[in-house]
Amino acid sequence: MSKVDLSVDLAGVKMKNPIVVASGTFGFGREYGQFYNLNELGGICCKGLTLHRREGNPPPRIAETPMGILNSVGLQNPGVDAFIEQELPELKKHDLAIISNISGNTPEEYGVMCEKLSAARVDMIEVNISCPNVKAGGLAYGTKPELAAEVTKVAKEHATVPVMVKLSPNVTDITEIAKAVADAGADALSLINTLRGMRIDINTRRPILKMNTGGLSGPAVLPVAVRMVWEVASAVDLPILGMGGVAKGEDAAQLMLAGASTVAVGTACFVDPYAPIKVRDGLAQIASAQGLDKVSDLTGGVRPW
Amino acid sequence: MPIEQMCTIVEIAKLNEYAYSFTLEVGEMVTKEGLRAGQFLHIQCGEGHLLRRPISVCLCMEDAPHDTARIVFEVRGEGTRWLAQRQVGDKLNVLGPLGNGFQITPEDRLLLVGGGIGVPPLLGQAAYTAKKATAVLGFRSADRAMLVEDYHDYCKEVYLCSDDGSMGRHGFVDAQLRDILEKDKGFTAILVCGPKPMLKNVAKVAAEYGVPCQVSLEERMACGVGACLGCAVQMADGTMKHVCKDGPVFDAKEVDWNV
Repeated sequence: MSKVDLSVDLAGVKMKNPIVVASGTFGFGREYGQFYNLNELGGICCKGLTLHRREGNPPPRIAETPMGILNSVGLQNPGVDAFIEQELPELKKHDLAIISNISGNTPEEYGVMCEKLSAARVDMIEVNISCPNVKAGGLAYGTKPELAAEVTKVAKEHATVPVMVKLSPNVTDITEIAKAVADAGADALSLINTLRGMRIDINTRRPILKMNTGGLSGPAVLPVAVRMVWEVASAVDLPILGMGGVAKGEDAAQLMLAGASTVAVGTACFVDPYAPIKVRDGLAQIASAQGLDKVSDLTGGVRPW
Repeated sequence: MPIEQMCTIVEIAKLNEYAYSFTLEVGEMVTKEGLRAGQFLHIQCGEGHLLRRPISVCLCMEDAPHDTARIVFEVRGEGTRWLAQRQVGDKLNVLGPLGNGFQITPEDRLLLVGGGIGVPPLLGQAAYTAKKATAVLGFRSADRAMLVEDYHDYCKEVYLCSDDGSMGRHGFVDAQLRDILEKDKGFTAILVCGPKPMLKNVAKVAAEYGVPCQVSLEERMACGVGACLGCAVQMADGTMKHVCKDGPVFDAKEVDWNV
């Protein structure tokens, strides 16, 4: 088999391969860094940060569902300053794109975090307007085009590194939000965040999650992700980090054909810590078997009926 | 450091209607990675179940060419049902060692308090302190008992309690615990594993008698390594810690028992 060029470019951020790990599934890299060198990855979307430390939601936070999991972690994180001081230096010892994920209660908070993280020289900022597990901000910004645009604008004004906006699938028409965010100046889009779901214990009649509902991820959501990446790629001219249920090379290839230039692996890490590497290798094999010189040739290659 | 290891099941024993004991060949997980009883292994339970199941380690043995670890689990749902159907010779995909076990020394005089499926991880602590420990084991009923003979082998004294009176003393373990602590002031630590209400009661009794108490906690878990922050437990100081990375064993004084 011929050697395929795996390198990709996401809004000017160069990556040695298109595989990123998804925010909230990989911490700041320390835990899975025990299993393999993080240099194997194209990039890392770090655990979602807020301006101040958050303890997150009460447990239980996890419920298993058919080929998926629900979570309601609620953005537990040490705060942006602690990330910059304690986690970022460690990550910077590695050769991979460092993407900081941020959530704010107000547009101003997004602005402050963008300034701090730009000054700390992360490679990219992923603006989370789609967390289903927090009351203020989060999903509220992601479901209304004008609010999504406002947050994007503020982020762009305060960031000196590329800004990627993470979209929620919990909307009627994701292209509406995508267009609003693109018009407001976003450099890239990432999608999908988790789908809101619920699981009930039929004996206690209590929801498994203490917050009653949570975000669904895992293989169950892959077809939704492929469809939404395809819709967004058709509607706006921005590079896309596609994610949602990716567990093998074929899944990543589907998202790329739908229009993604990079792909994130998330929940699959919980099943197999090596999942991102296996997805990368599987994807390379597919590209090679299809006679492609570079994996980026897959992007947008779907032939819709 | 945790590793991924394909582990062969070398021995299976059914302990009661719901509980199974598996002895696994764990490569060099004991000698090289320091696996100890009280830590847990995160086990893949078939293709159909996405998440691994965290199972506590009951006993470990250094051996060649393979170290062994004994795990005990109850069938609680689909994943553990799949696990219970495995045969000797089957291989399991295991992540481990994970979590922090009990902080003890071989000189400690331990008072071990186990309830139900919380009984197994304390056995290794009894083994480690060589016949000095006292154990109080509580079960719902006689037919749910497990490992009682093993405890007799490794402990100085073993007291049994059952919720329905069908075995040992009728009632919860804390009454028995009080009687023991009233007479014997020589314990250096109380180690507890079991249902949360039991842990709370034992922590309270331990505090009354001024004996340091360590509790092993459970929570619904995803990654098992500290990355997803799923298995949160609330601490008395208002912070959240995680069973997989900070625990499963915590100082009873650190835990918020009122949630």
